[in-house]
Amino acid sequence: MKSILLNRLIQAVMVAWGVGTLTFIFMRTLPGDMAYRIAAGRYGQDNVTAEAAELVRQELNLESSPWLAYVNWLWDLVQLNLGTSLISGAPVIHEVQHQLGHSLGLAFVAILVSAMIALPLGILSGMRVGGLFDRCLLILSAVLRAQPVFVIGLLLILLFAVNWRIFPVAGFGTPAHIVLPALALALVLASVSSRVIRDSTHRVIHSSFYTFARVKGLSASQTFTRHGLRNLSVPVVAFMGIQLVGLIEGIVMVESLFSWPGIGHGLAHAIFSRDVPMIQGTALMMGLIFVCLNTVIDIACYQLDPRGRLQ
Amino acid sequence: MSPVTLRLRSSQWLGLALILSLLIFAVLEGWLHSGHYATQNLANYLMMPNAQEWLGTDQFGRSMMARMGSAIRLSFLLSFFCVLTSVLLGSFLGVLAGWYGGWVDSLLNWVVNILMALPGLILVLLLAAIMPGSFVMLYFAISLVLWLEYYRVVRALTRVAVSSPQMEASRQLGFGRFYLFKRHIWPSVQSSVLTLAAFGAANSILALASIGFVYVGLQPPVAELGLMVVELLPYFDEAPWIIAQPLVAIFMLVLGFNLLAGKAK
Repeated sequence: MKSILLNRLIQAVMVAWGVGTLTFIFMRTLPGDMAYRIAAGRYGQDNVTAEAAELVRQELNLESSPWLAYVNWLWDLVQLNLGTSLISGAPVIHEVQHQLGHSLGLAFVAILVSAMIALPLGILSGMRVGGLFDRCLLILSAVLRAQPVFVIGLLLILLFAVNWRIFPVAGFGTPAHIVLPALALALVLASVSSRVIRDSTHRVIHSSFYTFARVKGLSASQTFTRHGLRNLSVPVVAFMGIQLVGLIEGIVMVESLFSWPGIGHGLAHAIFSRDVPMIQGTALMMGLIFVCLNTVIDIACYQLDPRGRLQ
Repeated sequence: MSPVTLRLRSSQWLGLALILSLLIFAVLEGWLHSGHYATQNLANYLMMPNAQEWLGTDQFGRSMMARMGSAIRLSFLLSFFCVLTSVLLGSFLGVLAGWYGGWVDSLLNWVVNILMALPGLILVLLLAAIMPGSFVMLYFAISLVLWLEYYRVVRALTRVAVSSPQMEASRQLGFGRFYLFKRHIWPSVQSSVLTLAAFGAANSILALASIGFVYVGLQPPVAELGLMVVELLPYFDEAPWIIAQPLVAIFMLVLGFNLLAGKAK
């Protein structure tokens, strides 16, 4: 238990260092005079004067030596002083907090929907492996897995928003806005996790302990709820750790596609507009959340399955 | 299982057929077709497929045939280089760590742990942002994420092979390292490496299209599948057949490699 937490803590520190270093290099390699670029971003292309650029240069301390600047940059990071957005001028930490709420909401709904799709479908097809239902689901999941998440989102938009006009195309505000982005993410997640649930179910109900429980007189439903569910959930929960990568990557895509004002949209936008403090803030937040969720999954596996604890 | 006796299931043949047909299209297009992916002709705004332009033209009147050929070649090239690099690097370091253990193993695990701490696409996005529009940077970034998987799998399989009684026997008979590798480690690692190579190709194509789609990867006028989707999106209503082309190409490429990889372990 302790070693799990320690390992993850080291990962979190390395994420912060890695993101900090990469964004620092990014800051240094921006072409042209940085002060002018930043000033242009703030005040508009036509309003940049030499004085404005000079003010920016002093404010952001752009003249210092690279190593000193690097140490300062990391020191700011340690104090969680993420600076202000070069574009909007608002403190990065506020913007990121704001975006984070939206992203977590979207992720939560997406995971919920994907569980609602994947659990029944996976268990049903795992009960009768090789049957018609199982084979149909295999093809469906192969087709879904062969597309990047933005293509699925795009198809959903074209069908439900442009063609049938049931849900809004993109944006944020009403509950109807969350349906399509969450569904796009959920379909991608479910296409993989339903297969894992199926394999896991198949293995459990063909194991000797499962047969024994039936033989000693438990009913089919008793056997399933007492001996089936917990055993089949171990690999599924472990697999969720792998799926988290897909979820976070998917969020970047889906949020950009649906203009969902979350952290992935924020990251893509910041990279596009070369807003370095925002890039650092959003990437840092995503990395830290990734590590946190992985820790939660490690602990869940540890609690679910006592067999792994001795090692 | 030598490559000669490599037996494929029917779904794998289908995958191979999909990939080969796209490869042949891309190669033939580059060889025979005279159009250039960036040549504009505004008189040909969003033309339907016709005798001259078999796949129609886009919003700048550029030949979709030339653009699709160029984009698919780009995807194949990138995935080829990324997979080659990751297979060589991942397998070599995986065998090294699994065989020798000790500080080599600890050091490599530490590095892998750090790289795994950030979701792959975020790392690729950050690296791509440092050098926008650079093919080499994308290659480097995607390979950096891709080799981790090979390393982990190969290391795990190598550890099993190294502790097997067969290898112990060979070692005590005094066989050299190369023989031990060829006779004991490579056979147990081989099939997984090939499966992972196909998955890796699919993943690198997806990654390239994804960063193209968020407009961070290669920059216009380069023809790249993800970038083409974004560029053609506004013309969906006028010309659905044009935007369908990159979408179908991504789908065929990824499905082809996934089918070729076979069942995920």
